[in-house]
This record gives sequence, C-alpha cells and structure tokens, in this order.
Amino acid sequence: MSEVAISIRQLTMAYGDNVIQRDLSFEVQRGDIFVIMGGSGCGKSTLLRHLIGLQAPKAGSVCYGEEDFWAATEAGQDALKRRFGVLFQAGALWSSLTLAENVALPLEEFTALPAAAIREIVSTKLALVGLAGFEHYYPSEISGGMKKRAGLARAMALNPEILFFDEPSAGLDPLSSRRLDELILELRDSLGATVVLVTHELPSIFAVANNSVFLDADSKTMIASGDPKHLAAHGPEAVRNFLSRGESS
Amino acid sequence: MSPSPTSPHATFERQDTLLQVRLSGAWNWSDAAPGMPEEPLWAGLSGVRLTADSLSESDGALLAWLISFSRAASARGLALDTTGLPEGTQRLLALALAVPPRTDHPTDTAPGFFASLGLIALHLWADLPRALRFTGEITQSFARLLIGKARFRRRDLLWLIEANGPRALPISSLISFLVGTILAYMGAVQLAQFGAQIYIADLVAIGMVREIGALMTGVILAGRTGAAYAAQIGTMQVNEEIDAYRTLGLSPIDYLVLPRLIALVLMVPLLTLYAGVVGIGAGMLIATTVFGVGIREYLNETVLALSWAHILIGMFKGTVYGALVAFAGCWRGMECGRSAQAVGEATTSAVVTSILLITVSASVLTIIFQRLGW
Repeated sequence: MSEVAISIRQLTMAYGDNVIQRDLSFEVQRGDIFVIMGGSGCGKSTLLRHLIGLQAPKAGSVCYGEEDFWAATEAGQDALKRRFGVLFQAGALWSSLTLAENVALPLEEFTALPAAAIREIVSTKLALVGLAGFEHYYPSEISGGMKKRAGLARAMALNPEILFFDEPSAGLDPLSSRRLDELILELRDSLGATVVLVTHELPSIFAVANNSVFLDADSKTMIASGDPKHLAAHGPEAVRNFLSRGESS
Repeated sequence: MSPSPTSPHATFERQDTLLQVRLSGAWNWSDAAPGMPEEPLWAGLSGVRLTADSLSESDGALLAWLISFSRAASARGLALDTTGLPEGTQRLLALALAVPPRTDHPTDTAPGFFASLGLIALHLWADLPRALRFTGEITQSFARLLIGKARFRRRDLLWLIEANGPRALPISSLISFLVGTILAYMGAVQLAQFGAQIYIADLVAIGMVREIGALMTGVILAGRTGAAYAAQIGTMQVNEEIDAYRTLGLSPIDYLVLPRLIALVLMVPLLTLYAGVVGIGAGMLIATTVFGVGIREYLNETVLALSWAHILIGMFKGTVYGALVAFAGCWRGMECGRSAQAVGEATTSAVVTSILLITVSASVLTIIFQRLGW
C-alpha cells in the first residue's frame, strides 16, 4: 500500500490580499515523481515556496507524513526541513564556497561525521551528478548546467526523503535536460526518494512524472490532478491543450 | 490639395453603412501619420473595409496606425475587413490584435510634491518595524552565539576581518591625513593670531582622536563596507542563496550577518585609533613645517592634551558607527528584492542609511558625553 509523503489540504496562497491560488488539496505518495504544472504566472513556484517552508500560507496546511509544517515550532520546522532537499532554479550555490564546501556544509552542520568521511561523501555526491574532480571549483567557474547538478549534489547531501526541483530543465540544452531527467528517475529508483518538480517542460513531464497537479491562473485553483499521460488524453480541455502545446484544440 | 505621393495618407469614404478606408503613400516613422476619422463619420456604421492599393513602402508606421485604427473601430463594435491590405500586413495585424490590451494596469501618474513627501514619510514609517524586527533577529543570533549555538564559518570571519581591517588602511590613511591637515591649518591660522600655534597639537589630537577619526572612519566604511555588505547579501538574495540557507534550516543571520557585524565591531575601534594617529602625524607635519612648532614640543603638547577618556570615547564612537554601518548594510541586503536594480537600490540605501544613522548617533553621543562631563 502506498504511503503519503506530503499532503496539502485546503491551501490558499496570497501576497497580501492578492490571492494566487485557493483551496488546493492533493497528496504526493512516497516514491512519486510529482509535477506541479500550469501556465506562466499561475503560482507554481509560489506553491513550491509554501512546500519548502519559505512562504507561509494564507490558509490550509502542508503536512509531511502527519506533521503539519506550518503548525510546527521553529525547531520542528527545522527538523522537517532536514527530511527534504531543494534544487533551486539556478542552483543557488553559495558563491563564496567551492563546490565541495557547498555540499559539505549541510553535513558539517547536521552530522557528527569526521572531516575525512565528509570529504568522501562530498566526492561521492559530486560523482553521482557527473562532477567528479570539480571539488575545488567555485560556482562562478562552471556552466549553468553544472551549477544545477552541483545544487542537486548539495540537495542530496543529507540523503533526503523528498527532493524538490524548481524548473530543473530551464536554460539547459536538450541533451543536458534529458540527462537530468534520467538522473531524477535514477534517484527515485536507487535512493527511494520522492520527487516534486515544478516545470512546464513537456518532454520532462512525460519522461519522468507519474503524478501531477495542474494550477489554473484564471480560476485561481487546481483544475486537475493525476498521471500527466492520463490527463493528456482525458483531462479537462485546458490541461489537454497545455500538454499538447495547444494542438488538441 | 492632393497629398504628396511620398507621405502617408488615408482617405475615409462612407458607402452607405460601410466605411471605406484607402491607405496610400510611403508610411515611415519619420512622417506624421494621418489622424483618425472624425466622430460623425463613425455614426451608424456597420463595418469598415481597409484597402492599400497604392502603398509604396512601410517601415512599421503603417502597422502602428492600423492597430490604433482597429482598436478605435472595435471600441465602436465595428467588424474590420482587412482583406484589401497586403498579406504580410494582415498577418502582423492579426498577431498584434490576438491578445486584447490589459486595461487593469496601475495608473502611472507622478505624485505631486506633498504626495511625495507623504509617501517618503510612510516609507520611513514602514521601515521602523522592519528595522526593529531585524534588530531582534540579530539580538537572538548574538544570544545563540553566546551560548555556542550560532554557527558560521570561522574562515568567513577571518576573511571579513582582513577585508575590513588591513585592506581599509590605505583609504583610511589618505582621508585621515587630509582631515588632519585641514584641521591643523584651520586651527593654526586662528591660533597664530595670538601666538598660540603650539595649541594646534591640542586641537588636532583631541579633534581627531575623540571625534573626527571615528566619524571619518564611519563615513569611509559606510561607502566602502556598508555598500559591499548590501551588494553581497542582496546578490545572494537574487541568486536564492539565502533561500538555500533557510531550506536547510540554517539561519542566514547567523551565517551572513553575524560575522560581518563582528568583523566591523572588532576592526573599527582599531581603524579609529589608526585614523587618530595619522591625523596627529599630519597635524605635526603642518605645525612643524609651516608654523615653526618644534617636533618635541608638539609631541609633548599632544601627550598632555590627550587623556584616556578621549581615546576610549573615540574608540567607543567608532565601534558604534561600525555596528551601525554593518547593521544598515546587512539589513538593506536582506531586504533586497530579486532583481539587479533592487541590488543597486539596496546598495544606495545602505550608504544613505549608514550616514544618516552615523550622523544622528554622533550628535546624540556628543551631547551625552558632554552632559556626563567626560
């Protein structure tokens, strides 16, 4: 039987009085590759910020297992944060640190591992994302795609249960984008991680996702959820249009 | 008079309830486009037909006119027949009109003088709770540091100490030397009238060590370090590096603000002292070379004039100014928006805030120390 990793209940997001999305309710099962879809400006990245603890909801809850993130104490929230890793759109690597230091920092902060073990882990994580030998490079010395991969290595540093990706394919060439998709699938299969993606890259959506939610900017709420392949054939018209680049209308 | 064949021209002819619009000539941005039809001409129409049989050239001015005309026609509920236009123009016009213009955008009217004053006052008022919140966060962070729970990289602190201490010496030397020179000259001109040039030493020593050394160091750091702090942290905000700290459950205040604050608080008293020494040196140079005071005399008078109170008050003021510069730089950086322009604004704002806070605190501290008789 599948287990719920994240459940969103009656979530309303707003900037001041400006409601972005309201009454969002859906669940992400453990082991899912779950994609948050929708047109530009519909609130996908805002929803992600609510999931990763960067923005509090106007109403509703975000639960990891049974624990409501936004009802938890600061210490409770910090403990929940250690269960997930985040890959930001441009990697968000700390620019004053080398790649090795970027990956090592969460390990130094939250584990009691000796320095030698941390060095080993860092090398392994960087090798996993194809950056072996880049330990001593600074973020300014590598390409955009490499920054994303290094950001992924950092997100994986603490072996999180859940990985969040914000527009992972944005700005990548098709081959790099495909390699990243393969890496996401590999991470799910080999580490058993749950993956939540914000993207509107259709090839990526169809290549990796097995579950999704579609946010609509006009009605300011979700209008569909489920397997994107199923939604492409049987979803509401707006979703079918989106998933076929407007060719179904 | 018939229109010139090289100028853009539009004729409007009514055929029963149809408005026939004929476009001709060369449509270039450099020429004035024809006006829209007069209001009576629109009355009772059921449609509009556009033709362009004798169009010689167009660089986009025609399309701009057609968009305006189409909007005027559709505002009156009239259907537009564009089949008489060149095919490319028809396609471009269809493309431009595909999405209706947004009408709910905010009005972009510049506020008047008093409205501007009001907005500035509201902006400053809104700053206050944010500044207090940031102060509270720094205080909590310090408390964590004291009980050994705040964590930042020691290497970052050492780097910041180097950047804000030794590397600030050249500019600090230059400014302090020049200020010492000015002070000595200004004083000497007056004192020489009474044959009291020797008191240049008192004026420069007390002035530089107690007040001006700290003040100039604060102002230098506001431009040099406060701006750098705001730009560094603001850029990290743009690059989501601060979000990365937060999603890991790490405090960006502990990691970014605390080491910057500590670095300045440690370095500024020393820089202040250094500025005082350089200023005294400059004063001595002027007094001995221009006003005939002996070096030994000058040094003796300086030692007599200076007390520990002057030195400690100067260092204390420098520490306060340094803390305010670090506060303003880090605060504006943490409040920065997520664009390049926002980083520029944060940097400017950090310098202005620093200088404002230094000026206010200098006045307050001077009054307090005078009242206390120190």
